[in-house]
Amino acid sequence: MSALICLPVVLPLLAAALKLAIGQRLSRLQSLISVVTLIVVLAIAIVLAVAVDRDGTLVAQAGGWAAPMGISLVADRLSTLMLAVSAAVTLAVMVYSIAQDFADQDETAPLSIFHPAFLVMVAGVSDAFLAGDLFNLFVGFEILLSGSYVLLTFGGTESRVRAGATYAVMGLTSSLLFLIAIAVTYAATGTMSMAHIAERFDGLPLAIKLLVELTLLLVFGVKAAVFPMSAWLPDSYPTAPAPATAVFAGLLTKVGVYSIIRLESLLFPGGPVASLLQWVALATMLVGICGAIVQSDIKRLLSFTLVSHIGYLVFGVSLATPHALAGSVFYAVHHITVQTSLFLIVGLIERRTGTTSLDRLGGLAKLTPAIAVLFFVSAINLAGIPPLSGFIGKLGLLQAGLADGGDSELILVGGLLLTSLLTLYAVARVWNRAFWRPSKSVELVESVPAPMWAATAGLVALALSFTVFAGPLSGLAERTGAELLARQPYITAVLGGEGR
Amino acid sequence: MTTSLILLVAVAALIAAGVTLLLERSLVRILVGIIVAGNGVNLLILTVGGPGGQPPIKGRFEPDRMADPLAQALVLTAIVITLGVTAYLLALAHRTWQLVGDDTVQDDTEDRRVRLAATRGDLIDSVVATRERYRAILDQQERELAELAAESRRRVEEGEAELEQQILAVNVDLGRWMEDHRNAGLSPEELMARFEEARRLEESSKQDLAERERELRQRYAARRREQEATERQARRKIQARARQARKEMRHAIREDRRRQALALDPEMEGQDD
Repeated sequence: MSALICLPVVLPLLAAALKLAIGQRLSRLQSLISVVTLIVVLAIAIVLAVAVDRDGTLVAQAGGWAAPMGISLVADRLSTLMLAVSAAVTLAVMVYSIAQDFADQDETAPLSIFHPAFLVMVAGVSDAFLAGDLFNLFVGFEILLSGSYVLLTFGGTESRVRAGATYAVMGLTSSLLFLIAIAVTYAATGTMSMAHIAERFDGLPLAIKLLVELTLLLVFGVKAAVFPMSAWLPDSYPTAPAPATAVFAGLLTKVGVYSIIRLESLLFPGGPVASLLQWVALATMLVGICGAIVQSDIKRLLSFTLVSHIGYLVFGVSLATPHALAGSVFYAVHHITVQTSLFLIVGLIERRTGTTSLDRLGGLAKLTPAIAVLFFVSAINLAGIPPLSGFIGKLGLLQAGLADGGDSELILVGGLLLTSLLTLYAVARVWNRAFWRPSKSVELVESVPAPMWAATAGLVALALSFTVFAGPLSGLAERTGAELLARQPYITAVLGGEGR
Repeated sequence: MTTSLILLVAVAALIAAGVTLLLERSLVRILVGIIVAGNGVNLLILTVGGPGGQPPIKGRFEPDRMADPLAQALVLTAIVITLGVTAYLLALAHRTWQLVGDDTVQDDTEDRRVRLAATRGDLIDSVVATRERYRAILDQQERELAELAAESRRRVEEGEAELEQQILAVNVDLGRWMEDHRNAGLSPEELMARFEEARRLEESSKQDLAERERELRQRYAARRREQEATERQARRKIQARARQARKEMRHAIREDRRRQALALDPEMEGQDD
């Protein structure tokens, strides 16, 4: 079973290499390879998630070297859950983009670049989720970043090059910080394996622990777009091609959040940083949503709501109780799916009407009722209207916050509710302007091929299924939260026996 | 573990230089900054790997005296990754140069649009305020013109009244003179002769009077002409000032409209497909 763990990383990389070797020929075979690879990754992720939930954490030691020396890939409940959701999302996005390319017969958007870059990014995401040592996490980030650089500047138009420059400089700077953090960690503990670091940290003075923790937190905060470090995100994401934006928005920031969860639960449980995280979470929520309210481009508006909802996840992490972590995990799963489907829907709108500007759109509810239904369901899911999964996730976080009972938690809960309301206001604004007001001069330009509908509708349905299967899913999230705070199962599974 | 201070100082210097360059707007400088800072970081990793030693090859050297192989592996990986991304950034800088003409990172147009939209309210207010201000100036100038016209009308009336008074005074003098002679009790012939004489005198005095009147009228006309000329001049001046003010107002309003249009113009957004 543990041999399966490497496959979500290795398969997409192999597929990318194969596709680069094939080049521009055989586009149908190419698409087949991409889709089959992602289906296999999804299947493996589901199998792993089920197996890990039943039997406990699985570890693969790459190259046969034992844990603290070698590179270990660790699959516990959190990583497999994130892996499964990300595989489902990437599969949907891949189908969507293939359908788009085939419909357009687009010479300027060759499959031979988009697909390998996309697959490399998927490999990087999987690697980051499965990484059992800090340096492998860095490598995972680098892999997914290099894939995303290519996707973001796809076609090399002026605005994309501009956005790509911001994004690449941000990525490089955070990578340098990550390397510094790795150096500091290595100096303090003499190891890279996260389980080993966690063990050795217990005996170190608080000042050193804080230094390492804050450096790492800064790095992951940049990746996750947490408030003071979030300015790059709404600036760079919206210009990418619609499928790329969708998967960036859904996944890449969540990899950062995943790393923060790992950091706060495994390496530094219960430190004094928790209260800092709380205020950062509050600022992220409010600043993000205030940015969303004034935007007149749907993509940018959604990018700002993305930043704002990262605040929810960080709030759950800062509370550091099993319920709060469970709430964060549930919300992350919900948010990946909903945010990606919203961006795919905006891609559909852009394809149908040629614009995403709220100043120019109008009357879409009449013109394209199907898009209107998809958008409506996803938007109220994002805002958290009962009984959808957004509501369930927020409810979990609220209950965890109230259970903690401190004054600052109450303020945070207030901020969370306010952000929720403002999110509703922001998406209602989109709905009113783009869908409900009488259309002025909106013309439908291109038709949407069936697989694009299917991929988008599939993701929306997946988000809805989180409501239907909320019981099992939140049960899994609760077990994940408990497992994260227990720590010992992870350390024992990686280091074996009593550790070194 | 002891480390060399010189190495740490070198690390600090490299990273500081790199960060300084990172803050530039030109992509090539940013790139150089990243390379320099990256070297600093790599040096840092090597430094934390402990002191140097023998090559870490199993079986040929004493394990206790080997250098730390992990730090070297980390640095190698970091160098490879930085190399790849540096090449990418260089390509990006080149592409920016192709598209824009230099390699600076541009502002986001959508950002600019949102920022302008935020100041749109202020702009409209300022347009209204400018309009009010110019209208007030115009009103005042119109008032001044009206005052000037009233003043000149008053002067004309005064001049005419003065003239009437003088003519009246001359006539009254003549009447009084004739009365004096009539009352002196002279014979009719004498009176007649006196009257003839008086008439002659009167004729000449009438002529005199007419002459004086003409003279007065001429003086008055000259004064009036003079008055009108200065008035015309003042009016021209005021009209020029009003024209200038109107021109400035139109210009200011046009400028504000242009800025507003820039804020509202949807064509400013990116040229993506």
